[in-house]
Amino acid sequence: MLSSNNLSFTYPSGEALKFPDLDCAAGETRLLLGKSGSGKTTMLQLLAGLRQPASGEVIIKGQRLSQLSGTALDHFRGQNVGMIFQTAHFLRALTVRENLAMAQQLAGKPTDRSRIDGLLEQLDLGGKGNALPGQLSVGQQQRAAIARAIVNQPAVIFADEPTSALDDDNTQQVIKLLQSQAAAVNATLLIVTHDNRLTGIIPQQTHL
Amino acid sequence: MNLLRLSWKNLTFKPLNALLSVLLFALSIGLISLLLSLRKQADEQFDNNLAGIDLVVGAKGSPLELTLNSMYHVGYATGNIKLGQIKAFFNPKHPIVEDVVPLSVGDSYRGYRIVGTIPKILDWYGAELATGSLWQHDFEVVVGEEVARINGLKLGDKFKSNHGIIDEGDENNMEHDDDFTVVGILAPSGTVMDQLVLATNQTYWHAHEAHNDASTNHDDHAGHNHAGHNHTEDHAPTPLMEEDPEKEITSLLVRYRNASSFQSLNFPRNLNENTELLAANPAYEISEVRRQFDSGQQILGVLVLAITIVSALSIFIALFTSLRERRYELALMRTMGAGRAKLFLLIILEGLIVAIIGYALGLLLSHGLLAILAANVQDDFRYTVSATRFLTEEGYLFVAALFIGFLAAVIPAVQAARTDIADTLTEA
Repeated sequence: MLSSNNLSFTYPSGEALKFPDLDCAAGETRLLLGKSGSGKTTMLQLLAGLRQPASGEVIIKGQRLSQLSGTALDHFRGQNVGMIFQTAHFLRALTVRENLAMAQQLAGKPTDRSRIDGLLEQLDLGGKGNALPGQLSVGQQQRAAIARAIVNQPAVIFADEPTSALDDDNTQQVIKLLQSQAAAVNATLLIVTHDNRLTGIIPQQTHL
Repeated sequence: MNLLRLSWKNLTFKPLNALLSVLLFALSIGLISLLLSLRKQADEQFDNNLAGIDLVVGAKGSPLELTLNSMYHVGYATGNIKLGQIKAFFNPKHPIVEDVVPLSVGDSYRGYRIVGTIPKILDWYGAELATGSLWQHDFEVVVGEEVARINGLKLGDKFKSNHGIIDEGDENNMEHDDDFTVVGILAPSGTVMDQLVLATNQTYWHAHEAHNDASTNHDDHAGHNHAGHNHTEDHAPTPLMEEDPEKEITSLLVRYRNASSFQSLNFPRNLNENTELLAANPAYEISEVRRQFDSGQQILGVLVLAITIVSALSIFIALFTSLRERRYELALMRTMGAGRAKLFLLIILEGLIVAIIGYALGLLLSHGLLAILAANVQDDFRYTVSATRFLTEEGYLFVAALFIGFLAAVIPAVQAARTDIADTLTEA
């Protein structure tokens, strides 16, 4: 479902990084571990097609990202990739429900209210659909971000340090939700982290 | 949840940021629209009231005052002229003058001016009776459409005139004792006729003979002949020129046989140099007024231009600042599948929304002001202002407004489209 080989990246400063090869099946959860500055986030951005690699190839759902460019890549990402960041960010002027609807619309899909409401219910955000993101707690925001990442039933979900801002309870909850939601849509879940709380839960690990 | 709604939500999320832009834009559009409307309507009124009049003849004084008073019924008369002085104008064989209309002015009814004249004036102004008949005998009046409408006058109604020109509602004025009788009402003509009360010239003399006090110090007043002319109620109509040559009227409206002939061109100068009369060329006087108008309008134009530039800058700055705050959002939209073109469009739409709201508010402002003007200006200047009339130019103004909104948004929009997703996401 998600594979990469021979990936490398050269920073504008000239510093070059080589990344280990990946090959993840559908429904698999994998941790991408490494110290700060080891290029974890850069690798995630290469995998999501947000940066161009100096060499190597990323294949998502059989599609080589290097064959897509511009709008086609944006469109492919919208349909097949869900992203979760360290701190949850939203379109601040839209309600939680509108943010999810926007994610559907930008991916070129029709707005599916029952899908959105169902997800919010599952993520314990049933009453928060009409709230602005700024009105949610940090834990609620991260759950809403998960809802947004999976609303389009992507093939791959990338999570960049999703738990570093959360306490132990919320971490447990968020990881469980991430895994169960990824499983529900049979998506590959790749989590970039240096959070040791996760290494005990998820055995599939790649080290940088 | 489409882009337009997102643009709208972005603007209303921090409404104060957008408010200044919208207000400035509305101010600029409002002023432009107001200037256009006032100019257009003033031009039309000047033109409608020219009535093919080539010359105005009156007592010595300011030619502009004479023109404004005799043709637009604004301000005060320069004085009176004796019938004996102007006898030649009535000669049907006059080589230059084709036709004349004599005017006697100075009295009013509830703020509307009473003009002593002959029915020919209606043909000149293209006005027609809606009902009733023309004024023939003294103290018979035909009232303009607006006069009848505002005062609820009907055929057969009687009223007393006010001595001098006074504002409506001033109760401490002197009334003439004689009753005027409404014999006719004019159809609306879009000219100053709508706002006048028309009577015979002779009526003026009789009205002023009825009382011999207080009026002698009014120089602007026609027909101050207080000699013992017997006022008879049932007066047979006498042609004006068969009256006593010592009698006075205010002015004469003149049409030439051939306005471009050499004699016609020299005629006003001859009159001014060789007689006690003042001859004013209304087209020239009005073009002078317009010139004054134009230079005033130019100064306003510069002001409006400055406001327009500032309002465009304000839209630009507001978008630019909000963009800095929303960089992460824009990167986020890219990760969710929005292409660069969508982000460009999003910001352009925000600029256009400000422009459209500003335009709507601006038109509301200008036409609201016109409505207030209409209520206040009319009595003082005989200048009918319509607040509900929209000009084609205001349609062009909409296109211009959209263009300005686009222009102000285009740099921020390019900036938004260029958002580097990875760098922005890594920064935050």
